[in-house]
Amino acid sequence: MFKTPVISEAGDRALVVEVGDSIDPETNGRVRSLMLAVEGMDVPGISDLVPSYRSLLITYDPIRTDHDALVKIVTLADSNLDTAQIDSPKVVTLPTLYGGERGPDIGYVAEHAGISVSEVIDLHSCVDYRVYMIGFAPGFPYLGGLSEKLATPRLSTPRVRIPAGSVGIAESQTGVYPSASPGGWQLIGRTPVPLFEPDRQPPSMVVAGDYIKFSTIDTEAEYKAIQAAVAEGDYQPEVSPAEPEVPVPGDA
Amino acid sequence: MNHKAIEVLEPGLLTTVQDTGRYGFQRFGVPVSGAMDPFSLRAANVLVGNDQDSACLEMTVVGPRLRFLQDTLISITGADLAVSIDGERVHRWQAMHVAKGSVLTSGGMMDGMRAYLAIDGGIDVPQVMGSRSTYMTSRIGGLKGRPLKSGDVLSGLPSDPSHRHDERALPEDLEPVHYGHSHVIRAVMGPQTAAFTPGALETLFDSRYSVSNDSDRVGYRLEGPHLSHVTGADIISDGSPAGPIQVPADGMPIVLMADRGPTGGYAKIATVISTDLGRLAQARPGDTISFNQVSVAQANSALLEQEAILYSLDPELLSRAPEAVVRALQASDGAPSPALRETELPHLETRVAQATIEGQTVAVEIMIERD
Repeated sequence: MFKTPVISEAGDRALVVEVGDSIDPETNGRVRSLMLAVEGMDVPGISDLVPSYRSLLITYDPIRTDHDALVKIVTLADSNLDTAQIDSPKVVTLPTLYGGERGPDIGYVAEHAGISVSEVIDLHSCVDYRVYMIGFAPGFPYLGGLSEKLATPRLSTPRVRIPAGSVGIAESQTGVYPSASPGGWQLIGRTPVPLFEPDRQPPSMVVAGDYIKFSTIDTEAEYKAIQAAVAEGDYQPEVSPAEPEVPVPGDA
Repeated sequence: MNHKAIEVLEPGLLTTVQDTGRYGFQRFGVPVSGAMDPFSLRAANVLVGNDQDSACLEMTVVGPRLRFLQDTLISITGADLAVSIDGERVHRWQAMHVAKGSVLTSGGMMDGMRAYLAIDGGIDVPQVMGSRSTYMTSRIGGLKGRPLKSGDVLSGLPSDPSHRHDERALPEDLEPVHYGHSHVIRAVMGPQTAAFTPGALETLFDSRYSVSNDSDRVGYRLEGPHLSHVTGADIISDGSPAGPIQVPADGMPIVLMADRGPTGGYAKIATVISTDLGRLAQARPGDTISFNQVSVAQANSALLEQEAILYSLDPELLSRAPEAVVRALQASDGAPSPALRETELPHLETRVAQATIEGQTVAVEIMIERD
């Protein structure tokens, strides 16, 4: 992580604030904190904030503010992070039915790892995965923390349609498809809980810096019961605060 | 009350509902979308007395055939798609009345790529995440998240009679009259210029690129001299602003446009300035692009000139103009333009600003209320 953020121009309507140059939870936590701190300052002219692994993109209306003013704001926000009131990240638990029709590639993943299917499930469902970034498609989380044992190459021929809620593995990444799409990930299970709904506020359950945890659904009947509750609007996913994160610069 | 405004007889090549875009949701992976040429959309709205960010139709290459279901005021801006009303060619960049039952047709692409049709009050589709813009890939916004098709009926929002102006027009000498086939596009360095060799920067600003057939609302793919990276094309994925020139490993630049994903993993050598991104959106496959390097300060001046044109269309709008636009107008002086003198009203006085449009310096006359 950098001692102070490196701020650079990204056209006449955006600036990039880099807080580090590696993928790690501390750097990503600082991106999240900085985003919330800047948001909390309610700066006129900021049109959007886009957090990613190690940087924050701030887009703005140059008629209402300018690069220099925003550099001051960001510097101020960053220097006050240690004392700022910033909500802890959250852990959202996604009940998941592993294997079978819902996770057709789990056998291959087990074979590739040289372990049993139930070991795959245990290894995959025991981790709080950090959401480093949302991208690729609305609500698609880039998760960090997959057990190295479970790393599996993508399918040699991508599927034309992967159902929404599919939980997959691609190399050392794991993730959830928030909506149906083509894709080449190895599918190991499916969650009936929608990660992204355009009409919900906010539309995505998680944002960069939050965590996703998978809990096991044992039967198809249980999966269908949750699915029905979701459809009725009666399902509340389990959400808990993550361990507190103190965002401090690497060598402060 | 909203009302049935337009019946789609034929959809044209690609006609979608767009406004100025969907902001605040990129952190959830939702693209901004919105008009590819925001100046033209905003001008279309101001001409008919709408809020600048009202929803319009973005019509691409071959416009639709539409029947108006109400008497209304419309304007067409942006590309020349040879639009006629009841068989008679109409001018762009001005408000005009159309009668109930009138039929709009498009003869095809004469100049530019994308035209905008505004109707009095604006198009009424449900707002999704704060915007009416269509994002086709995820079927978000617009009319059911998709381009228009035959048989669709679009509703209009009620118009504000106090904002209603007949025959308002952009002065002819201010129109972006001709887009042509050779486009000079200004860009600022960054955000990942250091990922490229010094030679790559020289190449970018000294060469001509041509617009590839694969260009769309997500990105403009360019073909031309190869741009070399220092170590590689991949970066740790980060946020994409509007208009970055990203370069994948094949060395061919792609300018990211309205429907770009909010994040991306290729190094970005430079970023097209906001006034020129809309002009790039009017470039067609096969057109020539050359890039000019400018500073953010120069980009801001260009933007203020453009805003001055927009705000000069409506004295009421000018009275609410952001301070920076007013300051820019006050700082400039020049001879009043004869084109506008006739419309001068007793309680208004004119000010003149210099504007650069398509490389030509012109006087922009604006009216402000007397003290």
